Amino acid sequence: MSSTSGTVAEIPAELSPAQLVGMLRMMLRIRRFDQRALELYREGAMRGTTHPYIGMEAVAVGACATLRPQDRITSTHRGHGHCLAKGGDPRLMMAELLGRATGYCKGKGGSMHIADVDAGILGANGIVGGGIGLATGAALAARLARRDDVSLCFFGDGALNQGILHEAANLAAIWKLPVVYVCENNQYAMSARADAFTSVPDPAVRAAAYGFPGASCDGMDVLDVYRAVGAAVARARAGDGPSLVVCVTYRFMGHHVGDPLNYRDKAEVERWRARDPIERFRRVLVAQRILTPAEADALGAEVEREIEEAVAFAKASPEPEASALEEDVYA
Amino acid sequence: MTRGLVEEFGPERVRDTPISEEAIAALGVGAAMAGARPVVEFMYADFMALAMEPIVNQAAKIRYMFGGKARVPVVFRAQEGAGRGNAAQHSQSLEAWFCHIPGLKVVTPSTPADAKGLLVTAIRDDNPVVFLEHKLLYNTKGPVPAGEHAVPFGAADIKRAGRHVTCVGIHTMVHKALAAAETLAREGIELEVVDPRTLVPLDIETILASVRKTGRLLVTHEAYERGGVAGEIIAQVVAAAFDWLDAPPVRLCGRNVPIPYNGALEMAALPQADDIVVAARQLVA
Ligand SMILES: Cc1ncc(C[n+]2csc(CCOP(=O)(O)OP(=O)(O)O)c2C)c(N)n1
Ligand SMILES: [Mg+2]
Repeated sequence: MSSTSGTVAEIPAELSPAQLVGMLRMMLRIRRFDQRALELYREGAMRGTTHPYIGMEAVAVGACATLRPQDRITSTHRGHGHCLAKGGDPRLMMAELLGRATGYCKGKGGSMHIADVDAGILGANGIVGGGIGLATGAALAARLARRDDVSLCFFGDGALNQGILHEAANLAAIWKLPVVYVCENNQYAMSARADAFTSVPDPAVRAAAYGFPGASCDGMDVLDVYRAVGAAVARARAGDGPSLVVCVTYRFMGHHVGDPLNYRDKAEVERWRARDPIERFRRVLVAQRILTPAEADALGAEVEREIEEAVAFAKASPEPEASALEEDVYA
Repeated sequence: MTRGLVEEFGPERVRDTPISEEAIAALGVGAAMAGARPVVEFMYADFMALAMEPIVNQAAKIRYMFGGKARVPVVFRAQEGAGRGNAAQHSQSLEAWFCHIPGLKVVTPSTPADAKGLLVTAIRDDNPVVFLEHKLLYNTKGPVPAGEHAVPFGAADIKRAGRHVTCVGIHTMVHKALAAAETLAREGIELEVVDPRTLVPLDIETILASVRKTGRLLVTHEAYERGGVAGEIIAQVVAAAFDWLDAPPVRLCGRNVPIPYNGALEMAALPQADDIVVAARQLVA
C-alpha cells in the first residue's frame, strides 16, 4: 500500500489536468448522487432499498479512469458509483431509482439492477458475486472476437468467499482472459467484518493460488487505485491474463439505507472519515495548482446542479405503461 | 429473524457465516449425516439458487440412494415473496422447485402460530425440510401458543369455513383470500379458505373434502403460474373428484415474468384480493 494517511500517490504523468479535474468531478458526482438517493428514499420516492457508495468514490473513479469506452464492467448491489464512473447518465439512473419508464431499465430494475449494456456496464447485481462469472465471460467474448477489450469486475470483500470466484479465477488464468478482478475491501459485508470472515488479512495473496498477480492498494486514494488497476488493465490488454487488485476502503454510511449500524464503533468511522477520498484528492489538486480552491468549489456547485437536474428529470418522467409488465421477458 | 438466538444458545451453535451459500448448505447436509441437526438460514430464497447442488443432489437423495441407511435431518430456511420493491433477484417464490424433488419436505407457514409450530416439527423431522417464510408476513400479528407447540406436517388448516367456493392459498394469498372472503360474504358468497401449510406432504384429503362440499376450486399463490404448485393441486383434485366439480378450477398466480421494481407493475405481477373476488363471482355465476 503506498499510503495510509494524508499523503497520496504521485500524479501519473499521463493524466492531463483536464483528466484529473474530471476525476474529481466524477467523485463529487457519485457522492452527490448517493446523498440524493438517500434523501429520495427517506422521502418515500424509492422502493426496495439503496446501498450508498459514499466513502468509496476513489475506487470506482480510479479504476474506471483506466478503461476505454468499449471495455466492460460488472458491478454489485452497491453499484451507483461504478455506473457513473463508467459513463452512466445520472438522469437515466435517477429515473430508474424512481421506477420511471425513462430509467435505464424502464423502471423494472431499480437501484440494484441498473445497467447500460451499450456503454459496457453489464449491470449492478443483486447476487453477491453474481458479476464475477459474467465479467470473466465477457473477457472470453472479447478474446473470441479478437478485440483487445478488457473486463473489469467489481466485487466486495463479502464476495471473496463465494465459490464462483475460485472457479472463474482458475478459468481466467488457464485461458489467459483479459479480466481484472477489483475487490472493494470496505471492511464489512453487512455486519460481518472482513478480517474475521476471510481467511487471510490481505486477500490479494489469493491470486498467487491461481498463478496471476495480486496487489492491494489504498482505496481511499484515487491515484493509487488508478496506478494499481492501470497496471492490471495494461497487462490484460496486452494478452497476459487476469489480475486481482484489492482496494482497501470504507463505506461511510450503513450497508443500506435502513442499517442501524450497531456493529462498528464511532472512533473507527471517524478514523476513516479523516481520510475522505474526495477531500484528499481535492487537496492534492489544489496543492499542485491544477485547481484553485474557488474552482474546486465551483465544481461542487456544478455537480449539485447536475444532480438536481437529474432528480427533476426523474420526477417529471412517466411511470411505465401497464403493458410493460409482459414486455422484455424474451428477446 | 435470528434475534436472541446467539444470546440463548451461544456462538458455538449459532454461527454467522461468510457469504458462501453452497458451502453453508453442504456443511448442513454433511453435519446432519454425522449426527447434528442443523438449521441453515439463507436470508432470501433467491440465494438458494447458489445452493441447489447440496439441497437437490445431496440432501434430497442421500437416504434413498444409500438404501435407507442414512438420515439427513437438516432445515433449509429462507424468506421468499414480493411486495416491497426488492425487484427480480430478491422477490421470488420458489417453492415449486423444491416440491418437484422427491426426498424434500416443503413448508409454507402463513401465521405466527403456524410458523412456530411448523418450525418445531421441521427441526424434529429426520428428513431435509425446506422452510419458506414470506417476507411480508414477518410483520403479521397473531396469537402464538406459549410453550410446546408443534404443528404436524401434512395437515391443512381451514382458515375460514364456507360453502360456495374452495380457495387454497399459500403464504400472503391466505390473507388476501381472507380479505376477499369478507367482501364476498357481503354478496352472499361463502369462500372456504384452505391453507395447506405444508406442500410436501400435501393434505389433499382436506382439499378434496372442501371441494366435495363447494364444487368449486380456486388455487392461488405468488409463485409464477407456469409449473407452479397450483397446477399440481388442481391436477390432483381433477383426478380424484372430477364428478364433484361444478366449474373448471381456476388458478390465480404470479404472472410468468420476473418481479419488476416499479410499484404498480409489481402489484400487477401478483394476484390480489380483488382478483380472488372476481374469480369467485365467476365461479358461482
Ligand atoms: C448470494 C447472496 N447472498 C447474500 C446476499 C445478501 N447480501 C447483500 S449485500 C451483502 C453483503 C455484501 O458484502 P460485500 O460483498 O463486502 O459488499 P459491500 O456491501 O460491503 O459493498 C449480503 C450478504 C446477496 N445479495 N446475495
Ligand atoms: Mg464489503
